[in-house]
Amino acid sequence: MGLTSQSSGSSVLQSEPKIIHNIPDKKVIALAGNPNVGKSTVFNSLTGLNQHTGNWPGKTVTSAQGQYKHKDRNFTLVDIPGTYSLMANSVEEEVARDFICFGNPDATVIVTDATCMERNLNLVLQTLEITANVVVCVNLLDEAKRKKININLNELSRQLGVPVIGTSARSGEGLNELMDAVHELTSKRKTYSPFRINYTYVIEQAITLVEPSVKELIGNTLNSRWVTLKLLEGDKALLRALHKYLKYDLTEKFTITKKLNEAYNILREANIDNDQFRDTIVSDIVGMAANIFSTTITFENQKYNQLDRKIDSILTSKTFGRPIMIGLLGIVFWLTITGANTPSEIIFNCLFWIEDRLSDFFMWAGTPSWVHGILVMGIYRTLAWVVSVMLPPMAIFFPLFTLLEDSGYLPRIAFNLDNYFKKAYAHGKQALTMCMGFGCNAAGIIGCRIIDSPRERLIATITNNFVPCNGRFPTLIAIITMFFAGIAAGPFQSLLSALLLTGIVILGVVLTLLISKMLSKTILKGLPSSFTLELPPYRKPQIGRVIVRSIFDRTLFVLGRAVLVAAPAGLVIWILANIHLGNLSLLSHTANFLNPFAHLIGLDGHILMAFILGFPANEIVVPIIIMSYMATGNILELDSLDQLRQLLVSHNWTWLTAVCVMLFLLMHWPCGTTCLTIRKETQSWKWTLVSFLLPTITGVVICFVVANTVRLLGFA
Amino acid sequence: MEKKYIPLNFLPLGMKGKVKVLTAGGSIRRRLLDLGLVSDTEVEALQKSPSGDPVAYHIRGAVIALRSEEASKIWIEAI
Repeated sequence: MGLTSQSSGSSVLQSEPKIIHNIPDKKVIALAGNPNVGKSTVFNSLTGLNQHTGNWPGKTVTSAQGQYKHKDRNFTLVDIPGTYSLMANSVEEEVARDFICFGNPDATVIVTDATCMERNLNLVLQTLEITANVVVCVNLLDEAKRKKININLNELSRQLGVPVIGTSARSGEGLNELMDAVHELTSKRKTYSPFRINYTYVIEQAITLVEPSVKELIGNTLNSRWVTLKLLEGDKALLRALHKYLKYDLTEKFTITKKLNEAYNILREANIDNDQFRDTIVSDIVGMAANIFSTTITFENQKYNQLDRKIDSILTSKTFGRPIMIGLLGIVFWLTITGANTPSEIIFNCLFWIEDRLSDFFMWAGTPSWVHGILVMGIYRTLAWVVSVMLPPMAIFFPLFTLLEDSGYLPRIAFNLDNYFKKAYAHGKQALTMCMGFGCNAAGIIGCRIIDSPRERLIATITNNFVPCNGRFPTLIAIITMFFAGIAAGPFQSLLSALLLTGIVILGVVLTLLISKMLSKTILKGLPSSFTLELPPYRKPQIGRVIVRSIFDRTLFVLGRAVLVAAPAGLVIWILANIHLGNLSLLSHTANFLNPFAHLIGLDGHILMAFILGFPANEIVVPIIIMSYMATGNILELDSLDQLRQLLVSHNWTWLTAVCVMLFLLMHWPCGTTCLTIRKETQSWKWTLVSFLLPTITGVVICFVVANTVRLLGFA
Repeated sequence: MEKKYIPLNFLPLGMKGKVKVLTAGGSIRRRLLDLGLVSDTEVEALQKSPSGDPVAYHIRGAVIALRSEEASKIWIEAI
């Protein structure tokens, strides 16, 4: 899942979804599959819920659920995390397996990638071991067709013993048939006899020995053959889950332990120890998958992925890999900055024209001036600022970023950067969570679940805030445009802005690496864990859909959140500015109080206060600065960025102030939502505090050094 | 006839090999097995990342990047 109303914002803080069973006529369907097979597209198309899908592994980071109706029956579709296996090697796999196994779904739909069936069949077979209520959805048939891969769906269905439906979810093809199949399966009009994996003889012997006693105890609640297999394997995580589910410990039952010991003896005689047992099981499953694959799928063109390899050889090459990466980033920023200029000004003028009319109206209505002050000068004006500064850059940046995401480029970034992360003793997939952070740090932190090692996950969580999220981008852009781009003329202005912004982002990435390394050497000591990363096939992004989706889903949502926070903040500022203690307003008192410290780090009291008040959402930092200057200064009308610059300069802003504000914006405490998300993900206030303090201290130190060096040298 | 096995990270780009022995243990071993790296699986070295490590391999229809640490624990027979 990417940046949606479900993945960012306060909804991420809700606890795991509770699924209500046993409502007659309502069936619960689990949606499983490998990462990056278009699972979320299937989910969206069926439920109409706008859940974002990107072309990189591990997108579904929380289980989303949605409803749909087919032939007068209601279905609840639960999107479980994408996994390669149900052997529970990671948190996600455990969640997926536990839901399929203990969540009692009425059916499980396994979405597979038609262009990569051999790998996908592994998960299908593992699921069929647990439950027979399975529908296999062979998705991305359009891509397969393009690559001239033929899949014999009927034969596949015959061999697997369950319905197999071919779909191209992006164009909606085959989804009706999929819903039909699910409907039929849950009606139980037909019984299926799914494929059974036959293991090596000795293992089958052991299973036969133990299974009857297991069946006697658990009855038909779970698949006894599979439970037996897991008992023999000694899968601890599963045994714990099983204990919780059954409310008793199977391994403590006398009949079971007796049979298990006999079985272990048989295995020992055949020289099969615990590791060997698992190896054999996996090999057998992989072997079956390969067998089914070779008898149902044919390639007309053996070099079907030649184009992908060619693209990879450029995008990840030694010479071009890194320059292209930085170049793309720069281009995205340049387009954002250039494109946002004019619309920003138009929106700005419109909203402030409305402000004047509102003022006229209040004058005409003769309301007390404090009502006008609170509503117009406080709330409305802050809102207007947030919208005009944020909306245009976001509406351009998000779709561009989504295009990169959908094309499959992001895993290549992780591939290119992995060596740096390895040197920082961190995980290569941290590059992916970092990219997610560009959209929203809270979403990036949930994304950290794709990292298996707890140590590396914590590092990724703590350092996520070093990439500026979309709430901070527009502010950075505004400051760059006002204070730095002016040196260059004409078209070079936006080019220079883009370069500066790219520089800031690279600084953020460098800091991420440095701090990760520092953490690995101190409080989170350890060695890098294993790293395997899938580089999925490139896909042609659907441009129209991306634009519509990212505007409605991401942009408007994030804007909505900013507006919600900005309104009360505007109110607070107005009140602070208009209640006087002695000669000075509360606002000035606070600003004066903060001023000495703020000055040390190159800011002033108003700016620091804005950062503190901006804790709920970073978007409102600049609007608060403006509000609080306007409340104390004498310029009351602002109708362009240039006048804003004059306002700031009249409050003693220099280029050094601008630099320090940008640095502090890049490095300070995570916003409120992000902090709460960290608490939820780490289950620890201690790590939340670390995540809060670390960027803050870094920011204070760096700003202090920069400000005082420049002052000492007499440059500002 | 004695065959020589080499660790996967020694496989030159564009060359193929067959998995023979996994020397990794614990969770890394499970991960590698899950990728389909069981005995006799064909692997092709595709592409190095800009710094030379990790390397992308073609494994059972998927492209998987492995760091040299992991690849060195997969012994293959070059073909």
